[in-house]
Amino acid sequence: MKIRFWTTAVIFALLIVSSSCNSKSAAPSDSVKLQGAGASFPAPLYNKWFKSYGENHPDVQVDYQSVGSGGGKKSVIDKTVDFGASDAAMTDEEMARVQGGVQLLPMTAGAIVIAYNIDGVSNLNLSRKGYSGIFLGKIKRWNDPEITAANPGTKLPDLPINVVVRADGSGTSFVFSKHLSAISEDFNKTVGTNTMPNWPVGTKSKGNEGVTASLKTTPGSIGYVEYGYAHSQKLSTATLENKSGKYIAASTTSGQAALASATLPDSLIAWAPDPTAADAYPIVTYTWLICYRKYPDPKKLAALRELLNYGLTDGQKDSEALGYIPLPPNVSSKALAAVQTITN
Amino acid sequence: MASNIHVAPRGVSDAGTLFAIRSGEITQAPTRAQSLLDSAFRKLSFLFACCTILLVTFIVLRITLSALPAMRHEGLSFLTGRVWDANSSQHGIAGEIWGTLYTSILALVIGTAFGLAAAIFLSEGYMGQAIFSILRSFNLHLHPFWCRVPDKVEDLLKQLIELLAAIPSVVYGLWGLFVVIPMIRPACNWLHLKLGWLALFSTELSGPGVLPAVIVLAIMILPTITAISRDALASVPSKLRMAAYGLGATRWEAIIGVILPAASRGIFGGMVLAFGRALGETMALAMLVGNSNQISVSLFSPANTLSALLANNFPEAGPKEVGILMYAALVLLAITLIVNIVGALVLERASRNAVE
Repeated sequence: MKIRFWTTAVIFALLIVSSSCNSKSAAPSDSVKLQGAGASFPAPLYNKWFKSYGENHPDVQVDYQSVGSGGGKKSVIDKTVDFGASDAAMTDEEMARVQGGVQLLPMTAGAIVIAYNIDGVSNLNLSRKGYSGIFLGKIKRWNDPEITAANPGTKLPDLPINVVVRADGSGTSFVFSKHLSAISEDFNKTVGTNTMPNWPVGTKSKGNEGVTASLKTTPGSIGYVEYGYAHSQKLSTATLENKSGKYIAASTTSGQAALASATLPDSLIAWAPDPTAADAYPIVTYTWLICYRKYPDPKKLAALRELLNYGLTDGQKDSEALGYIPLPPNVSSKALAAVQTITN
Repeated sequence: MASNIHVAPRGVSDAGTLFAIRSGEITQAPTRAQSLLDSAFRKLSFLFACCTILLVTFIVLRITLSALPAMRHEGLSFLTGRVWDANSSQHGIAGEIWGTLYTSILALVIGTAFGLAAAIFLSEGYMGQAIFSILRSFNLHLHPFWCRVPDKVEDLLKQLIELLAAIPSVVYGLWGLFVVIPMIRPACNWLHLKLGWLALFSTELSGPGVLPAVIVLAIMILPTITAISRDALASVPSKLRMAAYGLGATRWEAIIGVILPAASRGIFGGMVLAFGRALGETMALAMLVGNSNQISVSLFSPANTLSALLANNFPEAGPKEVGILMYAALVLLAITLIVNIVGALVLERASRNAVE
């Protein structure tokens, strides 16, 4: 009995001591903590920035949770984070709901590619009518005249097209459906732009990894993924016809050409749903970091400004290796100017 | 639920040790500190027990509150609609309800067949007997080390099956995507080609779909069924077994006619638990089921489940969609609750019959 009593007493004592220790370590110190949440698409790049920034600034700790664009916007509206991130920018209505206003900053850009899996076909051209028809469920077989006409010299099999789309709501789907809506009136009317469009065709897989798995394991399939992801997973990607009728493969240069064709307004929100430049890859998008206009804590403000400056200047060098498109100089200078307008 | 299932073979024998005086200790009235500690502990336990109830109530209340606007707006047509299109704000979960029940029931059927067979194999000494006969042929059955092997192997197998429960859902999902689907595709396409006129095989398996989801789900619920059924079978009084053999029953007759009915309550309890797990399973299903709102009997067509719908939609949901998703969550909660209540009722019925 006695032993049991003393063990209990010791356990209680330990509990009390440990809890008081916890409260001590949670006490405020000189360090600044920035909490961010949002899009998963730029997360690898952001995490790289925040890590290398944190190494040079031990007093600043940046946490970024990739919860998705919708989650990022929600956190900004609820004011549970210091900054958010979104691939789908923010609508005027959403911005109006944030007290004190927000400043969106384009931080990097990316291309979305159409990846496919057909045995023995290493080069696939897809016309605008071709790929919009595939994702509308109108073109059903790989040897459809619309596809073979764009690929002279390539023998396409008589195989059904297995369309793979994203099941979860995502910025990637938003940008891709925005592009399809821009090039196909039919798509615009029946499906439209959404983070989770109601695709008329296809099996739905969860996340980029799910789409990639379906693509790799199912012969005759086609789907859309982010450029960086397709690159690292070594998926075969299609060359797409752009607005001026040229067939362009996704690359940093063709992506930058597409971005250059969209002029950036003062809100810094611009889309290039159907870029006009002759050598532009057709499906590109910016991705935005969402900041509040005012940060009452001067330390936080200073840290955030410095962090953003780093990302928009030195940080851009990291983007190409990770499969992103570095911002054109005129865009990053506009964004840098906007960083200065964030005050306390 | 779990407490109903373990038919504890322990009993009165504990009472002896409970009141025994430990050597070297003098009995005495509890000190003030001890009785204080006792009552404090009792109160603390009571508090924690209340917390559980409060927590469940809070969760249900919170979900209902956030779902209320959507419930008013969508009404009952939410349960019968088949289209989920955020752009035209059409939301219906008939496909998801069907998919949830269809995949869970199929998985339960497969899981029970295999799980029960494994439980019988492990509890009725098949394994031990087989190894014992091998040992005897080497004349090792009386060896001090080798004679323990049959029991050890049985124990190892049991542990292995329970280990299946420790594999994370995501791993099951990835395994399904990269291993199960490519493995079953040729067989599925052959079935579709030859027996396509049957509703079950009426579509081609393109990738994720009902069958891969069901196979993986069945494996996921296997440990629950096997572990609980094995415990139930092992706790069938040996008197019953002996009596059955004494009456001249063959082994089969004894198992089917006597042992299984005697353990049916525990086995059924295991099935209810497993069904609950299958209904709520999210990650593996979201990856494997194809996430397409179709109501189809075909095993090869993609389908959708409520939990997969929630997992896929939450990250990007706006404030209005959150309400609608909460409504769907409430429906899932209701389905699970109904299954559990029906299960508990049937269990109670079965045990009353057994007593009579």
